[in-house]
Amino acid sequence: MAKITFITSDNESVTLEGQSGSVMELAVSNGVKGIDGDCGGVCSCATCHVHVAENDVAKAGEASEIEADMLELEDNVTEASRLCCQMEISDALDGITLTVAR
Amino acid sequence: MKHSEHQDPFEKARRETGHSEIDDQNDPVTMVLRHKDVRKCAHAWSTFSSEDKPGRIVVPSEVGIRTDRQIPFEVDPPNHGDYRSLVEPWFKRPLESDYQDKLKAQISQLVDDVSQLDSIEAVNAFSLRLQSRALTLLFNVPYEESEIFVSWGTHVFRSEDDPLDSGKAQALYHYIDDKIAEAEKAPGKDLISMLLSAEFQGRKLTKDEIKGVIILTFAGGRDTVINMVTNTLAYLADNPKALTRLREEPEIHNKAIEELIRYFSPLTHMGRVAKKDTEVCGKPIAEDSRISLCWASANRDEKVFENPNEVVLDRKINPHVSFGFGQHNCLGATHARQIMHILLRVLVEKVEKIEHINQKDHVEHWGEFDRKVGYHSIELKFHPR
Repeated sequence: MAKITFITSDNESVTLEGQSGSVMELAVSNGVKGIDGDCGGVCSCATCHVHVAENDVAKAGEASEIEADMLELEDNVTEASRLCCQMEISDALDGITLTVAR
Repeated sequence: MKHSEHQDPFEKARRETGHSEIDDQNDPVTMVLRHKDVRKCAHAWSTFSSEDKPGRIVVPSEVGIRTDRQIPFEVDPPNHGDYRSLVEPWFKRPLESDYQDKLKAQISQLVDDVSQLDSIEAVNAFSLRLQSRALTLLFNVPYEESEIFVSWGTHVFRSEDDPLDSGKAQALYHYIDDKIAEAEKAPGKDLISMLLSAEFQGRKLTKDEIKGVIILTFAGGRDTVINMVTNTLAYLADNPKALTRLREEPEIHNKAIEELIRYFSPLTHMGRVAKKDTEVCGKPIAEDSRISLCWASANRDEKVFENPNEVVLDRKINPHVSFGFGQHNCLGATHARQIMHILLRVLVEKVEKIEHINQKDHVEHWGEFDRKVGYHSIELKFHPR
């Protein structure tokens, strides 16, 4: 289980608890603004772009090459960018804060 | 070769040079074939523009058959973004449960109907009907309008035998003009009425702009959705185990749908016009010349996809570009994906197997490449559960 905090573009903060699945699915099923997950999580649409908080980058892990190539052409990309459909919920993500990129 | 296979004609050219030149009504096109280059060029909108003479970014060019600009499709940023955000919420309606319930009822009825018959020619008796009926939901108009849409055939302004038939386009334009006039007199809850009352950059939309959105909605999702649905049926007929697996593992439906959309790539490519001298893959591209972003080739790029020529129903990472890439990605994708989700759900629920009887492939010809995109006709028999 993991508690994950999302900060949306209007500076709203929401903390959600997830058991399994991807972070994108958790966000979409709870209507987090700016996370659409159009492709359902196969890394083809980039509508689940988040910035991982500075202190949580190690917890979140690195983007795969395919994910990184996708992010490279996204607006608003930083070194802390991830597509959260590629982040599986596990205890390791507990307490992490993600800022929605759009 | 299995009859539902779609081979990749681009492999050699993609590996060797990454591009290929084709003629198109004396306005040649450099096809861009590699996944990385396709995405880069799609992203670089200020170099590779969508805003030129209406119809010029389409391959084959539609410059000779229409003067209306399709919106937001043939507009660059920043205006593109303002148009897009105006129509985006409307095109997300397929996520609403009411919309999905109606779509499920339509598709269930259609599957029930064709299951009663000895066999059907699926392009016309299934896919064209499905697409036309679903379109009434996207427009939010009465179901009966679908009979008119069906009567137009598989491409709304191209004839089967003549890709540049201006007469056919005129019929569609008159229909749209009439519908705009009707909505002006008596506004309803349909897309045209929404557009008539919308604000764009502090003003109302012009009728040409409204027409541009409506033409796009008719044209963009027509042969693409029809091919996607027919190709899916052909695949399931050819691979009965896949239908069983989809029945037993509903959790893979999303991945399966994205994979089928990758594999079939219903739109082969889309053009752009260079706004300055540049180059792609080492090939000089002169200002005012055309390139095309070949989604179908990018989707088989062996540098990105393992076993690119196989349908892997549970492919986990699948950065396909079947819905395009960048700011111009497909406006109708939510509708298309929802059609596929409900189609699979209804098929696994109601159909035991689909039997293939015969087919006539639809093969496109692009310079050195012959690409199967779907079927002119395919005879299938649905065996109900």
